[in-house]
Amino acid sequence: MAIHKGRGFACVNYPIGMNLGGDPSQALVHATPDGKFMVTLSSIDLGQGMKSVTRQIAAEALGVSVSDVHVDTADSDTGPHCMGSFASRGTHRVGNAVIRAATEARAQLLEAAAEEMEVDAADLVTDGSGNIHVRGAPSRAITVADTAIAAQFRQGRTLAGRGIFLVPPSDADPETGEMSPVTCFAHAALVVDLEVDDETGEVTVQSIHSAYEVGRALNPRLVEQQLIGGAWMGLSHALFETTEPVYPERDPAPLDFNSYVMPGPGDIPDHHVAVLERPAPDAPYGGKGPGEMCANPVLPAVANAIYNAVGVRCDTLPITPERILRGLRELGGARPGGWSGGNFGGTGNPNGAEPRTGSGDGAGNGHGDGHGTRPAWMATGR
Amino acid sequence: MTKTAVTFRLNGAETAIFVDGGQNLLDVLRRGVGDLSPKYGCGQGGCGGCSVLVDGTLRLACITLAESVDGASVETAAGLADGPRLHPLQKAFMEGFAAQCGYCTPGMLMAARALLDANPDPAREEVVEAISGNLCRCTGYEPIIDAILAAAADLRGGAAR
Ligand code: FES
Ligand code: FES
Repeated sequence: MAIHKGRGFACVNYPIGMNLGGDPSQALVHATPDGKFMVTLSSIDLGQGMKSVTRQIAAEALGVSVSDVHVDTADSDTGPHCMGSFASRGTHRVGNAVIRAATEARAQLLEAAAEEMEVDAADLVTDGSGNIHVRGAPSRAITVADTAIAAQFRQGRTLAGRGIFLVPPSDADPETGEMSPVTCFAHAALVVDLEVDDETGEVTVQSIHSAYEVGRALNPRLVEQQLIGGAWMGLSHALFETTEPVYPERDPAPLDFNSYVMPGPGDIPDHHVAVLERPAPDAPYGGKGPGEMCANPVLPAVANAIYNAVGVRCDTLPITPERILRGLRELGGARPGGWSGGNFGGTGNPNGAEPRTGSGDGAGNGHGDGHGTRPAWMATGR
Repeated sequence: MTKTAVTFRLNGAETAIFVDGGQNLLDVLRRGVGDLSPKYGCGQGGCGGCSVLVDGTLRLACITLAESVDGASVETAAGLADGPRLHPLQKAFMEGFAAQCGYCTPGMLMAARALLDANPDPAREEVVEAISGNLCRCTGYEPIIDAILAAAADLRGGAAR
């Protein structure tokens, strides 16, 4: 009985948003009488940081400081419609709507300032810290606060903007079935190193090395946080979590946190994250958003690493010690290096037998695992 | 149902309330007193979201009988800040991005508070141990552990000055 080391690799092309009939988000922006700006959304921040990021985006587009922008989320009575917080679409869709709303409000702000200063609005610029001045002449200035007061109490002008971002519905080409449901992709590649105990079937994940390409990281700390937390969730899905331990039977199912198991603070591996930035042309200041992609590649990478460690190819999640032990029994013992001899615990096609690579150089040998038909957006192990 | 009068200090303030027999402390804090900082996650001692201190000891409010805190001092995350001044733990959580949705945060803060009260200079493993009864869905725990260690260092520095 022994501990076997394994390394697994996976990468993902992750589509931002979904669009099988239009995928809109909307935003409203208005100035308060003291020259602050309110962004009103019905979009929901579940903790992923949408409030922080839309605040930064609005400040950038308005030309004011972040501290002068407030974001109200999650109320569909007061905020215009948003499709929702899913499909990693928050930063991209909502951010674009916010830029449009803020741009309209900014135009009104500059017109109001121009009227006060008796200059042409086209000659005015903002300094990002509460002042509007004539281009090239910073001393010919008016504050945003004074402009807001003048607009609302003297000029009778609103400083407000509406924004919607809609990727038009994508219909399938009747000839080919081809469609363009998304406008940009984020990407990730990830290596998992782990150990499998061939006596107990237990898996210990030692490290994750990941590279995530997220467009511009609009808030690098939030991005890193989401990547670390999301990878943890991916590990949890790969190795622990299920409501259907004996699918399709619903009984026994976990009813509480004693039986619905997740890794705790003592089970986290080292995670080395590299964030790559390739700003997308249609993304708000280039930011695509990490979203679900931070969890997805972890699952196939773990499956590949287990295959690399002991030769057991599991295609049913989570990969529990029981499934690994069943696989080991079928193989007649561990086959380090990833030797494909069967298909365990699931309904997929049997693996094609493959030559044993015998080296721990990454699980680059999972071609015959019967997954040629998986959708393109799913993370695929190699 | 018979009501029992229970008095306790909640974050330093004298509090008196009638409770039902068998009513748990979490219910009394949230619905009776209106302190919403302890969270209901599971109601059966499995998630740590309802963590509070009773006479300085970490307790899960959802499985603590309200009557049992009669005469005791109860501390919740709502009492951590001193007016506008955040507690070093809160500051470290904020600066270390240790909260995403924030649902686990009050419980984590109280578990950390109990640890640092007893052990101002914990090793990383001791921090892990101290929060191992608290579930977090979002952060992957790492930033929480880092924030608690940062707060410990901050508190030690503050005491030395
Ligand atoms: S609510 Fe008390 S431990 Fe979960
Ligand atoms: S921050 Fe969401 S549960 Fe911990």
